Amino acid sequence: MGDPLFWHRLQFGFTATYHYLFPQLTMGLALIIVVLKAMGLKTGEPRYNDAARFWIRIFGINFAVGVVTGIPLEFQFGTNWGNFSRLTGGVIGQTLGMEGMFAFFLESSFLGMLIWGEKKLSPRGHFGAAVALWAGSWLSGYFIVATNAFMQHPVGHVVAADGTIQLASFWAFLLNPWALVQYAHTMIASVVTGSFVVAAMGAFWALKGIHAEQARLNLRVGTVMGFIFSILVAFPTGDLQGKLVAKHQPIALAAMEGRFESGPNASLTLIGQPNVAQRKIENPIRVPSVLSFIAYGTFSSNVKGLLEFPEDQWPQNIELLYYSFHIMAGLGTLMIALMGLAVLLLWRGRLEQSRPLLWALMLAFPFPYIATTAGWAVAEFGRQPWLVYGILRTAQGASPTVNAGETAFTTLGFAGIFVVLSVLWLFLIGREIAHGPVAQHRTGGGHA
Amino acid sequence: MHELWFWLVAVMIAIYVVMDGFDFGAGILHLFVAKTNEERREVLGAIGPFWDGNEVWLLAGGGSLFLAFPKVLAAGFSGFYLAMWLVVWSLMLRGISIEFRSHVQDGLWRHFWDGTFALSSVLLPVLFGAALGNVLRGVPLDATGTFRMPLWTDFRLGAQPGVLDWFTVLIGVFALTTVTAHGALFLAWKTEGPVHDRSKALARSLWGLVLVLWILATYATHRANPAIYQNLPRAPLAWLASLIFLGGLGAVFVGLKRARFLLAFLGSGAFILGLLAATAANVYPVMLRSTLAPAYDLTALNASVGGHGLRTGLVWWLIGFPIAIGYVLFLFRFHRGKVRAPEEGEGY
Ligand code: HDD
Ligand code: HEM
Ligand code: HEM
Repeated sequence: MGDPLFWHRLQFGFTATYHYLFPQLTMGLALIIVVLKAMGLKTGEPRYNDAARFWIRIFGINFAVGVVTGIPLEFQFGTNWGNFSRLTGGVIGQTLGMEGMFAFFLESSFLGMLIWGEKKLSPRGHFGAAVALWAGSWLSGYFIVATNAFMQHPVGHVVAADGTIQLASFWAFLLNPWALVQYAHTMIASVVTGSFVVAAMGAFWALKGIHAEQARLNLRVGTVMGFIFSILVAFPTGDLQGKLVAKHQPIALAAMEGRFESGPNASLTLIGQPNVAQRKIENPIRVPSVLSFIAYGTFSSNVKGLLEFPEDQWPQNIELLYYSFHIMAGLGTLMIALMGLAVLLLWRGRLEQSRPLLWALMLAFPFPYIATTAGWAVAEFGRQPWLVYGILRTAQGASPTVNAGETAFTTLGFAGIFVVLSVLWLFLIGREIAHGPVAQHRTGGGHA
Repeated sequence: MHELWFWLVAVMIAIYVVMDGFDFGAGILHLFVAKTNEERREVLGAIGPFWDGNEVWLLAGGGSLFLAFPKVLAAGFSGFYLAMWLVVWSLMLRGISIEFRSHVQDGLWRHFWDGTFALSSVLLPVLFGAALGNVLRGVPLDATGTFRMPLWTDFRLGAQPGVLDWFTVLIGVFALTTVTAHGALFLAWKTEGPVHDRSKALARSLWGLVLVLWILATYATHRANPAIYQNLPRAPLAWLASLIFLGGLGAVFVGLKRARFLLAFLGSGAFILGLLAATAANVYPVMLRSTLAPAYDLTALNASVGGHGLRTGLVWWLIGFPIAIGYVLFLFRFHRGKVRAPEEGEGY
């Protein structure tokens, strides 16, 4: 109980992880809704608009939870990480401020129009609202990822004489190469989440034998987009992330792979359990030289192990880092395979008859959620023990005036609120699914 | 630069209070002015398209404070730790109750969210008002630039006050009354029928109460922070701001009398904006006053970041601010006219 830092970290990690469950679907669905509305405009077929209408309702519920879980994060910078805010505010305040100005205003202004405005707006106008929301949510993603990227790989700043971190070059900071890669990877991952959810819905309806037209449409859109974006998330973007980590956070890379010894032709561990006390991986299954290739692009490069670095610079939680990374990458591979198979059958016209695959698609929607959560764990635990990499230790970032008990108390408060939110979210989403997709001009008829 | 950013932050926060103020007011009042489900949905329909955007002024204002005066943000947020979380939890409950109420057509469900909406709408202005009270009175900032405060001590002013004392509670009540009166005018403007009539009737008495509390609060501020009006002769902006809020007050009463509710609503907006601006002009350059020693005050000079960051921020602020104002105007235009209760299954 005694260590405030522990509670600050727990609280931030817990609330951020929870928040991120919602925006990833929002951002993914936003793009899918734009695609559906565009196809509706182009073909004039009502089924696209029916599908879009269903997803817009899901989007609305999800968005509301995303908004209310995002607000506490913004506050935590000041309440829990006072020293961090005091020292870095001049830099990360830029992106956090811009997020409000350029992204949140855009999103909040058009949200109501997208959700309730279909009758009042022309089809083009409604499409415009969808585009505005997509742009807003993706912009918001950029600003926040750029904020995080500064913590991972600080650029465009100077450390002033009084210890504060000040902005030196706005463009270097905003166009941080780490931010560009991280942004591409996270946004693509969010489309993967959206596609898996859409495909799972289609599979569910197909298995139940209801809403046949919509089942087919959702399966098609979900699997095709899911396939394309599952590939993109691994290659090139995941690969680029790995290379950046290798270059700028070699200790984190070693920990992600559970690698203790340095050396060339580094092998990639597929399965195995790290044993940090004995500095080794237990029951490993390895592929030789692949890690060298992934990290540096040649099979013979030297990949440093943890032992090469002083122990006070190791991430504190090597096991968690190792497992998280392997879960993300493992699920990524699995997801490509699943969607590949689905697209193959779709192309052959046999997807809807293949019940085992429909079951798999229906049950697979948590995979991207698990992968993204694990991915953030990799990024955030890999950054340790630094809060701003190489400049500010996590231990120096907390608010000096807040004690452990208070933070424990508010963390529990959040846990309670989040339980309630989760129940409400499930309940409302469940109701929307029970309503099913309803055409605007048709009423009732078994959907009530 | 510091001075300009002090004003930019003040403007953002003042706009936030005006904007979220009217939907707080609607939330506080809806139990009284709207009795049936249709009437409640009328109220929600009136603020539904706006509330989230209104709240973004808080986030963007907070972002500006973060960017320009991170020391103030860090000291304030961590110093008021528990009070801050009350604010956050109220904001969360409030957002959820607006967004979730309409999804289920059930009496109990709706009553529950109506109650939550009203309660959180009452708590927030009281908390924000008390926060303003704390800024005016001062907090026990020490040489490290931080402070820590209990929620309350003996409710008296002094070097070691609590977050709540008689002064901050008074300011909280003043804030509550003012946004309620502001919201009543908004509803009177945007609705018709029974909701309109009740809001109009309430607005009259509420504005009377605002006048009384305003005089009390002005005097109390002088007690809590005797230095505050000494700036006045040297602060032209304070005079300008006073003209704005007096003009606003006039517009409120004229508007009420002639049943011109848009005029009255704009007047009450100007009243709030002007009052906050006058306050800011009077405290300038102090942003967070120390009750221990003036040397520990956090000011626009000693708490700001370097010039490059401020100049960069100004560039995008000048681009972003008109866009944000544009959205507000666009939204009001798009949703012009009186609201009607939407059909079941549609709208808020
Ligand atoms: C659908 C989700 C998903 C999938 C399948 C993958 N990722 Fe990922 N990954 C994310 C979702 C994600 C993420 C949530 O978007 C993260 C968290 C932080 C970030 O920047 O993106 C992330 C982070 C992240 C990081 C950490 C960056 C850092 O330390 O800051 C690396 C090295 C990779 N990814 C690499 C990969 C590789 C090689 C994959 C191969 C299949 C992969 N990811 C699949
Ligand atoms: C992109 C914006 C983000 C920013 C600016 C950010 C910032 C932070 C900060 C300030 C901390 C506390 C300091 C620390 O422990 O190092 C932290 C920790 C953490 N964050 Fe993030 N975060 C972001 C996104 C996320 C997301 C989306 C997730 C999860 C899905 C996440 C998961 C965590 C976890 C698990 C921790 C705890 C790490 C530890 O205690 O070692 N973060 N982050
Ligand atoms: C720790 C860092 C984070 C903070 C401080 C934060 C803050 C916020 C806030 C305050 C909101 C509500 C905005 C409103 O009122 O309209 C919000 C919503 C949102 N956030 Fe976050 N956020 C964080 C992490 C992330 C990450 C990592 C992403 C995506 C990459 C993200 C994407 C979004 C999106 C798209 C929304 C819109 C609402 C939604 O879809 O849920 N956020 N965030």
